[in-house]
Amino acid sequence: MLTFFMTFIGVLILYLLMVLGSGNGETMGYLFHWQELVAGVILSLIAAAITRAMFGKAVNNKLFFRFPLFLAYIPVWFLYLTKANIEVAIMVITGNIRPGIVKINPGLKTNLGKTILANSITLTPGTLTVDLSENSDDMYIHWINVKETKTMDEKIKGVCGPFAKWARRLAE
Amino acid sequence: MDTETIFLIIMAVLGGISMFFMLIGVIGLHRFPDVYTRLHAATKATTFGSIFLILVVITYGIFKLTEGNGETSGAFMHLIGMSIVALLALLITNPTGAHAIARAARRSGVKPEQAVVDEFEEVD
Repeated sequence: MLTFFMTFIGVLILYLLMVLGSGNGETMGYLFHWQELVAGVILSLIAAAITRAMFGKAVNNKLFFRFPLFLAYIPVWFLYLTKANIEVAIMVITGNIRPGIVKINPGLKTNLGKTILANSITLTPGTLTVDLSENSDDMYIHWINVKETKTMDEKIKGVCGPFAKWARRLAE
Repeated sequence: MDTETIFLIIMAVLGGISMFFMLIGVIGLHRFPDVYTRLHAATKATTFGSIFLILVVITYGIFKLTEGNGETSGAFMHLIGMSIVALLALLITNPTGAHAIARAARRSGVKPEQAVVDEFEEVD
């Protein structure tokens, strides 16, 4: 039931963003037309009923109450995105690269956690997720500037930065 | 300075940042040696550039809203809403697409060039 409700809210927010400004200046100004709101609720209910089973696998109820953490995650993520882009810009201009594919095991169990981590580090410090092992929790990552590391912990820290911790906090 | 000048300066700065990183992405595509390093340039630089490009559109929409012409404000709200949806879609699909290309390349046997380590092993 909670999954259904969460999917409904998510779809409704997307729908409302897409019909923002449809008003005719009467009841709600120019923000929304009441017909769009009615259509939005009906369509969101249908969409939630269809996709509930799909999202139900990825989302558990605990996660719902951690939603505010995503807002704290955005500035951290954006800071690292900026840093990574400046690094890539320097690499493009100077041509100094030391690429390689490394294997790490960040110890994430849930699919959502793995998805968040893989997508976050694809966009951030010089790393690109190549493959995930489905039997174990290993991730194969192309690292554009490989640093010398001895232990697995150092390697995880070098590849993921703070994101392994954040993915665990958000999704496990 | 009036409001219009301030908004124009903000938009020019955001647009400049966007264009710089887009350009870096294009140069990176030509300079880097193999498919994996090229994906780095193509995903990171263009995502960052697109975020700032969309921020320009949102700033323009807010600027037009502050001018306070009631008749057209609906259209600019629509512009802002659509831009946010486009940004969300881009942030999810861009790394996922890069991941799919890299995985397909590695599984069909493309070796990373100039690699110092290659710990990849065949998994099913």
